[in-house]
Amino acid sequence: MSNLLVLPVLIPLATAVILIFFKEKIRLQRGISTTSGLLNLFISVFLVQRVHSEGIQTLQMGGWAPPYGIVFVGDMFAVLLVMMASLVSFAILLYSFSSIGAERERFYYYSFFHFLLVGVYGSFLTGDIFNLFVFFEVMLISSYALISLGGTRLQLRETSQYLLINIVSSTLFVAAVAYLYAAVGTLNMAHLSLRIAEAGQNGVLNVIAILFLIVFSLKAGLFLFFWLPGSYSAPPAAVRALFGALLTKVGLYAIIRTFTLLFVNDPGFTGDWIAWMAAATMILGGLGAVAYKDIPRILNYNVIISVGFVAFGLAAGTADSLNGAVFYLLHDMLAKALMFILGGMIITAAGTDRLAGMGGMIRRYPLLGWMFFILALALVGIPPLSGFAGKLLIIRGALDAGMLTLALIGLGSSFLVLYSLIKVFRLAFWGDDPEIVVPKTKRGMKGTSAVAAVLLLLLVILMGLKSEAVYTYVSQAGEVLSTPALYIESVMKE
Amino acid sequence: MELLMAVAVGILFTIGIYLILSKSLLRIVLGTSLLTHGVHLLLLTMAGLKKGAAPVLGGTADTYVDPLPQALILTSIVISFGVTAFFFVLAYRSYQTLGTDEIDSIKEEKE
Repeated sequence: MSNLLVLPVLIPLATAVILIFFKEKIRLQRGISTTSGLLNLFISVFLVQRVHSEGIQTLQMGGWAPPYGIVFVGDMFAVLLVMMASLVSFAILLYSFSSIGAERERFYYYSFFHFLLVGVYGSFLTGDIFNLFVFFEVMLISSYALISLGGTRLQLRETSQYLLINIVSSTLFVAAVAYLYAAVGTLNMAHLSLRIAEAGQNGVLNVIAILFLIVFSLKAGLFLFFWLPGSYSAPPAAVRALFGALLTKVGLYAIIRTFTLLFVNDPGFTGDWIAWMAAATMILGGLGAVAYKDIPRILNYNVIISVGFVAFGLAAGTADSLNGAVFYLLHDMLAKALMFILGGMIITAAGTDRLAGMGGMIRRYPLLGWMFFILALALVGIPPLSGFAGKLLIIRGALDAGMLTLALIGLGSSFLVLYSLIKVFRLAFWGDDPEIVVPKTKRGMKGTSAVAAVLLLLLVILMGLKSEAVYTYVSQAGEVLSTPALYIESVMKE
Repeated sequence: MELLMAVAVGILFTIGIYLILSKSLLRIVLGTSLLTHGVHLLLLTMAGLKKGAAPVLGGTADTYVDPLPQALILTSIVISFGVTAFFFVLAYRSYQTLGTDEIDSIKEEKE
């Protein structure tokens, strides 16, 4: 029992509610948001240390023992993701101060921001499949608000599509929960795992497993990503960073949790599905990233590629590749947030999001240019940076599992990532100033947004250099994923 | 009873999907609403339709109904009300800004 586990959900919830009362006081809103972000960061780091030294922490709501009550479970995987999410969201908060604009700030931007975090942290920490649905909805309804906030024509158009997709997938989620409850009669994840193992995961449970896979894939953008590039292009860069760094990762977390804890008894069946979906995601995402010539879409397709890569780590299913998937997921949250922040800065500096209207920016923004270049190397997985260790582990695990084709596709997708990002670098930073005249602003990197970018870049470098130290934590997370008994035991004890 | 519920769920799903596939944004909103109602009935049916007393502390009866599905549906209904309300407001705002609620013409419009 540890009451600390509820704090990552409680703090942003309280913050969001308090912020509603200070609609017009923008400076105060910023102050409260920063304080809350720092507090959450501090608590999540403390939680990681606690789990590292004392093992999995659980919290039974109202003292009702599982399987009857609702539990929060903080295993290493969950608390590491909570920590990374609070780190990334803090940086994005700093970036929004100087980029989101007073109009949006007055219309509850920071409240929605914190409500979204409630959903994200809650999804990571909950140990109950219906609560996962509830936290998903908290997260999604905040994301609907964030994506439409501002009400431009493009935003309104894309929000209705995004909303419809998510309502349909949430409906399927409830249907899947209903079938699962009918089949095994429980909703607690640890208890579900036991019951499904007893039932031997026969035909019906495999159907339910695939239903869950479809639902979570829609949220994560794994294969079923057709809605993602358009919807994520509509909102401003700070919101895009938040979505790209956190929302798809929550879907991935749900896939990894479900298929390492619940539906583990027929890995040949579900594993094959995930493997094919991962391969298709990497190939199609890579083609999309290469094909487009505007920055938002190139970056969005890069998000899709990395979703495929993490799912590939899950599909391989060896201890190495699961460690790699955790490592890569952590790296990807950092790097994708940084990517969208830098992309947003480039768009602000150039005054357009089309690559055709850019050029020669290295003379005006040398620091921005080199930061983008280092980030591109990190995303591809060049050794001293953070992408390398995760990629190496996943590929090594996949080769051990005999998945040569998928490993080659994974490596091939890295080349497409490299090509698409270097294309951005080449067209935006090199060459002469564009002939098309667009209004230039000198506001590409100012104040807090530069702080946010530099902070994230330092973390990307540090995570690469200190990968040994990170690995001790990551392997602890991977251990729980490859041995579900550890998770079950710590939830069901007492 | 289960058979009747299954047919009801099927009809709600059919109408919901039919409405979602139509062109008007207003019909789509109503479609999603029907779809979620269908799934709530599904949840109720899948958990088993039992005849029994309400599971209240201190009550005495031979059989009790399972309270969990009701609790889940209550939560889910609240969420679906919220989302539907948001969708209606969004549809209204799109109608004001874009001047149409036909999905096709919203899509075709250039910036």
